[in-house]
Parts: sequence; structure tokens; C-alpha cells
Amino acid sequence: MKRTLKFILPLAIFLGIAIFLYRGLSIDPHAIPSPLIDKPLPAFELPLLTPEGKTLSNKDLLGKVYLLNVWATWCVSCRAEHRTLVQLARSGLLELYGIDWKDDDAAAQVWLNQLGNPYQAVMVDKKGRTAIDLGVYGAPETFLIDKKGIIRKKYAGAITPSLLESEILPLAKKLRAES
Amino acid sequence: MSKTLLAALLLGLSLSLHAASTLEQFHFDKQQQTDDFRELLGQMRCLVCQNESLAASNADLAQDLREELYEQVASGKNKQDVIDFMVARYGDFVLYKPPLRPSTYLIWFGPILLLLIGAVILYRILRKQTSMKASTLTEAEKQRAEALLKSTESGTPAS
Repeated sequence: MKRTLKFILPLAIFLGIAIFLYRGLSIDPHAIPSPLIDKPLPAFELPLLTPEGKTLSNKDLLGKVYLLNVWATWCVSCRAEHRTLVQLARSGLLELYGIDWKDDDAAAQVWLNQLGNPYQAVMVDKKGRTAIDLGVYGAPETFLIDKKGIIRKKYAGAITPSLLESEILPLAKKLRAES
Repeated sequence: MSKTLLAALLLGLSLSLHAASTLEQFHFDKQQQTDDFRELLGQMRCLVCQNESLAASNADLAQDLREELYEQVASGKNKQDVIDFMVARYGDFVLYKPPLRPSTYLIWFGPILLLLIGAVILYRILRKQTSMKASTLTEAEKQRAEALLKSTESGTPAS
């Protein structure tokens, strides 16, 4: 009995450590759990990129399920993500609103003209104050908002077609069915 | 030896100067606020470069957050208000020192637990050794052992 324990215990400890270390390899240290999940979207009222002079607030967006995408022209991953967003917009399956984060308006306009504009509206967060309220620490970041204006999911990093298919769209469908 | 020491000193100096350079643009009316501000930034993590504090990081976001926290401290908010503000947005991860709650018990008490386990194992091993020393031979056993030793010395092993 004692013999087997002496044999098994180091093996068990080794396996435990090995499993933890192996799991550590696949954890992205930049994927930080957001405390904002299942909390209401923080209040904001931001100017639109176009038309100039108009603003959009979080209250204007109540009653629908949509994606809120924080992006910028200086962000490389945003360019990689953009094609997926344009495809999503073409499919018409889920509405997309954009927040242009700490960016140059003219550059943003050029970007949208060249790559296509998948957004229902693009808000401008020049100073990054709304981004702080949203807990944004890098672009792109995307929030899935439900009808009551609650943040249901947050994705740090680029949205991919497989992520849309396997997770976001099914979840959006479920949220739409909620009253 | 002295060269290593000098290098270490210079490194430390450059690091502290670096942190100071990101903070010197912020001025407060009260010394207390300056101290609070520096303490807060020192204990918070920059989420972009995770191994740098908000005080030391040159990331854009860190600068935005410094300005935001500056306004909060200057407007008279206390340290806990500012910490709550940051944790509500970025989670506990923004704090270098995790708060004490059931999900962090393992972090806080894990090392003590390991120490205790080690102490128990050490105690048991030591006790085993002392108990082995303490076992002495009886008079009869001693005589038999001596007889055995003698017989091997004379070259004829006892059967």
C-alpha cells in the first residue's frame, strides 16, 4: 500500500504540474475577463463620423441586438477584421455599430471608402473617454449588446468568420428571441 | 563586483527617472493628492504592457488613464473611489495585488498551505530518523551481535 503510494504520488504531482503548464501554453494573457459582462452598457453620447454635427447615445440603441465594434485606422488587426465585418453587414444577420477610437476623422473616412462601411453608424471617441468606460485596452474589441442594452459578450481581438458562425450569430439569435 | 553594483544602481535610477518623467506633468494643490496619485498608479497594471505599472508605461492607454485618474484625484475623490472606478471597468486584473475573496483564496493561502504540507512531511521524516536512533539493542541481542562479529573476524562465518 505504502509502496504504491510512493510510486503514484510523484507521478500524480508531475501530471498535475504538466497539465497546468500545458494549459498555460494556450492561455492568451491579453484575454482579460471583463467585469462589464451582464452589466448595462455605460452611458455615452458621441458625435457621428457622418453626418457631422449629429450624435448617437446608448439610449438610441435600446431595443435591438447589435454588435458594438471599437476600431481605429492605426490598428492593424482591425484591417484584418474588417473584411469579416463587411461580410456580416452584407448578410444582414446582425447590426453593427462602430466606435472609432482615438483616431483621425479623415483617415477613418478614407478607410471606410476604400474597405467598405459595414456600420449602421460610426461614433467618434476622440479622447478615448468612452473607451475607458467600456474597459477597452486594445483595438479591436467587440461587444454583443442585447435589447435591454446589457453587454452579453465581449471579444478582445479580431472577429473571425468561424467565431461569428459558431458563437456570435447563434447567441444573437437567442438574444433576439428574448422579450 | 563594484561594476555590477554600479550597473544595478544606474538601472534602478533610470527606471525611477522613467516613472517620474511620465508623472511630472501632473501637479496637485495638496501633497497628499500627489502621494495618493503616485501610489495609485504604482499599484495598477497597464493593460497594454502588462508587466508595467500605469505609472511607468508609455502606452497611449496608460497616458489616457493617467489623465483620467489625475482629474479624479484632483477633483477630490479618495483612493478607494479611484480603485473602484478602475476595477469596475478593467476588473481585478488591473490591480497588482488581488483582493481577498473566495476565488483568490488559493493565491493568498496556497503558499502557506504548501509550507504547512512541507513542514508536516519534514516533521514525519525527522521523527522517523530519531525513532530509529532510539531503538537500542537488548543485552541478549548485543551478545549475539558480538559473537557474530567475532566469528567473522576469525574467518569462519557463523551458521
